[in-house]
Amino acid sequence: MSTPLLEVKDLHTHFFTRAGVAKAVNGISLTVNEGEVIGIVGESGSGKSVSGFSIMGLVDEPGKVVSGSIRFKGRELLNQSVEEWRNFRGNEVAMIFQDPMMTLNPVLRIDTQMIEAVRAHENVSKAEARKRAIEALAMVGIPSPEERVKAYPHQFSGGMRQRVAIATGLLNRPDLIIADEPTTALDVTIQSQILSEMQQLCRKTGMSLMWITHDLTVIAGLANRVAVMYAGKIIEEGTVEAVLDNPLHPYTEGLVGSVPSRNHRGEPLYQIPGMTPSLINLPKGCAFRMRCPRATEACLQEPPVTEIAEGRRACCFHPNL
Amino acid sequence: MSEHNTPYLRCEDLSRVFVKKLDLAGRIARSLGSNLREERVQAVDSVDLSVMPGEVLGLVGESGCGKSTLGRMLCDILPRSNGKIYYKGQDVDLLKGQELKEYNVNVQMIFQDPFASLNPRKRVRNIIGEAPLFHGLTTPSECNDYLDNVMQRCGLDPSYKNRYPHQFSGGQRQRIGIARAMAVQPECLVCDESVAALDVSIQAQILNLFMELRNELNLTCLFISHDLGVVEHISDRIAVMYLGRVVEVAPVNEIFESPFHPYTQALLNEVPRLDRRGVDFAPLAGEIPSPLDPPSGCHFHPRCPHAMDICKKEAPVDMEIAPGRRTCCHLATMR
Repeated sequence: MSTPLLEVKDLHTHFFTRAGVAKAVNGISLTVNEGEVIGIVGESGSGKSVSGFSIMGLVDEPGKVVSGSIRFKGRELLNQSVEEWRNFRGNEVAMIFQDPMMTLNPVLRIDTQMIEAVRAHENVSKAEARKRAIEALAMVGIPSPEERVKAYPHQFSGGMRQRVAIATGLLNRPDLIIADEPTTALDVTIQSQILSEMQQLCRKTGMSLMWITHDLTVIAGLANRVAVMYAGKIIEEGTVEAVLDNPLHPYTEGLVGSVPSRNHRGEPLYQIPGMTPSLINLPKGCAFRMRCPRATEACLQEPPVTEIAEGRRACCFHPNL
Repeated sequence: MSEHNTPYLRCEDLSRVFVKKLDLAGRIARSLGSNLREERVQAVDSVDLSVMPGEVLGLVGESGCGKSTLGRMLCDILPRSNGKIYYKGQDVDLLKGQELKEYNVNVQMIFQDPFASLNPRKRVRNIIGEAPLFHGLTTPSECNDYLDNVMQRCGLDPSYKNRYPHQFSGGQRQRIGIARAMAVQPECLVCDESVAALDVSIQAQILNLFMELRNELNLTCLFISHDLGVVEHISDRIAVMYLGRVVEVAPVNEIFESPFHPYTQALLNEVPRLDRRGVDFAPLAGEIPSPLDPPSGCHFHPRCPHAMDICKKEAPVDMEIAPGRRTCCHLATMR
């Protein structure tokens, strides 16, 4: 078997705060193959965004990647120098964030920002870089890119701004794009447009996509594989069909069950009792056991990750087989 | 009209225009002959809508379509530019004294953002307890028991009464917002995106709470949301808004089975669903036009796949296409 594009092994990212150590990412292992769309699902505070930041080397103080390994095309990333990280980011892996206004500099024109992004990684002329920028904007469906490239970010609508952010990510033809909730702030019709553009881009360029979201329904339409996160751990992983149709972990089961369209109209929704535990004070053993209907004595121990079938993993003593 | 089929809340020709006045420089420029004009946004454009007693009416639409403005006007917390609101068949403008107070108490609003809608400097007991004390629903000596009761019903631990809002999680704050509205024993709730800011598992808890309260107390509810999955789940009827106008109203089964208006069709088509796997997303082209400069005629015509000549010139009128179903589309007139 060829080396996977991205291989994360037992990654721990902790935040050393005054209140204690928050274990935002607490031992995740994940692989992304070439041309694959993988969805990372979880609720707020489950560590899904921090996982993305860790892969990009963007974890800031007081956070730190404590241990583990991240291999990209077989190369270890965690012992890279600052210079190597700079070359890696945006060139081989690009990230798209939830709020495009945070990604784009409000006082610079789009062309200035995009040309800078091209020239940071490649020694090309400004004219050539501008041509690339216009091509990228056209690729994500921005009308009349030759003129729009001269605009400032505030002259774009939310959906268009997100397209500009995606186009900027595409400039250096990365092999993997990490998208952190890029459509959460957008309306349904605009979300659908962005999803369609991303889907076509992946098919056209063979690029891999890691889509981080809290919305199971988006993952259902877009991804091949899905990993569900809870309290800093990947508690279940598998193909979209397997995970959504036959969830193994009680948390996934609850999550899928609480989506309104799954339930009969007007009837009470399936609900997971309680709330997510604080990451500073994680309970011993399985972090979900307080809310779990299947919890037993055994759950006081840390549940191991068990591979139930090829590529189908769960982290539970009582998986729903 | 019998008591039974008088709508609980009805609005007629309801409009709201927001005007941004010209600043000094603009006024000077205008007096020197430039053709600068005040910016006007027609947030709600002659809407007729009624909420029947005991029903949940879902109001859906994309951001900027005026759904929150409409909800606020119905609660009488935002002045109207034009139109009338009828509360149990009575014109709200003509209500006085006790009757007006009854309307203000009986129609309560629950807001979207559980962080911004609670005063951070007040304790929960004051946030929830102030209104019932003022309206004489309880006395200072009985207030404690009254609060315990309200909080318990909304799934809050009464021992948290003396805490401040920042000591609660998002889901619990939303419960405080609901408890605040429920504390005056209203008959009608206007919920403005009340679950949008919550995680999926918490959202399910809050939706269940809504449905429980509604069944127990036979509440009337206007549920405003952009999330069609949520609206489908809890509503009896659905109204779809686009750029300030209501384009379609229908019972929930019918609208999901056979949407009539092209916008409704597109909207329903694009909702991601759990059982739609590996789909080819085929989006509706274009964006929501700026409400500052809405398209002529039917607001939807630039994005509509069935647009005809007449759609550019004339705004379609509201018409009934089946019992209980109304739509605003030239296609309906042609049938």
